[in-house]
Amino acid sequence: MANLLEIKDLEKSYLQVGTNFKGARNKILNGVNLSITAGSCVGLIGESGSGKSTLARLVMGLEKPEKGSILFEGLPVRQWLKNNKGKMSVVFQDYTASVNPRYTVTEAIAEPLCASGAEKYLDWHIEQLLVRVGLEPEVKNRYPHELSGGQLQRVCIARAIATKPRFIVLDEAISSLDVSVQAQILKLLHQLRVEMNITYLFVAHDLQAVAHLCDTIAFLYQGQIVEEVESGELARVNNHYARALLASDIPFEV
Amino acid sequence: MVGFFKRFRNDTLAMSVSFFLGTVILLAVLAPLVAPYDPTAQNIINKFQGPSLAHWFGTDQLGRDVFSRILYGGRVTILVSLMTMAVTILIGTVLGVLAGYFRGRLDDVIMRICDIMLSFPSEVLILAIVGILGTGIANIVLATVIAKWAWYVRMIRAIIIQFMDSNYIRFAKVSGCSTGHIIRKHLLVGALGEIAVLATLDTAGTILNISALSFLGLGVQPPTAEWGMMLNEAKNVMTTNPGQMLAPGVAIFMVVAAFNFLGDSIQEAMNPKIDKVFKTRRSLFGAMFGRKKAVIE
Repeated sequence: MANLLEIKDLEKSYLQVGTNFKGARNKILNGVNLSITAGSCVGLIGESGSGKSTLARLVMGLEKPEKGSILFEGLPVRQWLKNNKGKMSVVFQDYTASVNPRYTVTEAIAEPLCASGAEKYLDWHIEQLLVRVGLEPEVKNRYPHELSGGQLQRVCIARAIATKPRFIVLDEAISSLDVSVQAQILKLLHQLRVEMNITYLFVAHDLQAVAHLCDTIAFLYQGQIVEEVESGELARVNNHYARALLASDIPFEV
Repeated sequence: MVGFFKRFRNDTLAMSVSFFLGTVILLAVLAPLVAPYDPTAQNIINKFQGPSLAHWFGTDQLGRDVFSRILYGGRVTILVSLMTMAVTILIGTVLGVLAGYFRGRLDDVIMRICDIMLSFPSEVLILAIVGILGTGIANIVLATVIAKWAWYVRMIRAIIIQFMDSNYIRFAKVSGCSTGHIIRKHLLVGALGEIAVLATLDTAGTILNISALSFLGLGVQPPTAEWGMMLNEAKNVMTTNPGQMLAPGVAIFMVVAAFNFLGDSIQEAMNPKIDKVFKTRRSLFGAMFGRKKAVIE
């Protein structure tokens, strides 16, 4: 299948705090190469500080890369986003901060819909989406603080799939939920992927979850992708760091 | 916004303060219709009279009716302050949002200009500008705006940056919302509460400022009535008739305090969480001494 996303020699660094005049920079990404085929799910694993979230932000076009390129079907991210409004979406780890606290559930879900010009049957559409992610349509008039964590993350997912995106970045989307809810959300994500043929980039530090959902797993270590494996072949990982990460995981059957 | 008005209405202090300010502003606007006397008409024979039915607040050192002068003075003081506030906040919001949203070069340029402006002490700057341009109400307004705008740009930029860091803005950007939509629906609505607080507090500060400048003789020129200038005139007869300071002093105090309370209440009413989790009921006394009585429902 054709590559949806191609990342080549991507580099990104940030100014170190307090050293503005010396110009010391912290290199976060140091030559990342990654390609994602349309319809697949790629898990991006790495410990804290390895540059996962930076990579996610770059992929979403929220920041500009210093060197290298991120191409969606041959176009730079921002260009692609302009041509394909609502075709990329994101679910964040911190669900409490990802919905405007002044918005009701309806308003939050309506936002991407209106942005991509789908304002017909808005109410009906939103109810459908809520049902689809396993929520009662009655929650639509509630505010974010009146929902539980799992419910709110479901709202975030409903909002993310509202515009029928082709690509979703899941930035640690289940990491701050408790384990039983994590399993439910994973199941929902899997189901949606099958039904709507969405490509996922799943950023996480939790190997179990990633192995369950993804086809390919990429290990990010010190700003580089050190190894990429099929999820069925985790046992055959060669890289030293990736092995260490596997060994440190608490084993239990998925 | 519906929730905001509901919460605002439930706040007794907010409602009484708004009612008070509304009345004061209305009286000031309608001063020519309401005032019983001409504020500049002198009657030396009747000077320094105490409160009576004919002169509610008494008369001053030239026998002018103090009540009429307070009404006409409010016109100048309050309306000019509101105008100054509106201009300052407008400049602050526009530049602050631009700097906070776009960051980068634009932010750098705006911030460095602000740094330059902020490196002058504002009182000295106002005095210098009035000194150059000459006394008069228009020059005071201009001087206050010039001296204050940079501070508001900084404040509003800081508020905006705080919002820019939140995931819902990131989501809006990724999902293809336009810059205008994000600024209007997220940033301005989100910052409105804090801007309203800034604005009301600023009005209070500007009232004091304009009164202070008039008190120093740099603002409104006699015989036009203005609260600060009335205080200044009362100061001259302080030893013989201390009661003269009461009316303008209390007027300034009440209006400034009312604007401060209003700012506080708006901030609380803007927060939807207060509505459902617990409801704050406050008494005037409690608000004055910073105590809030939370009634858990």
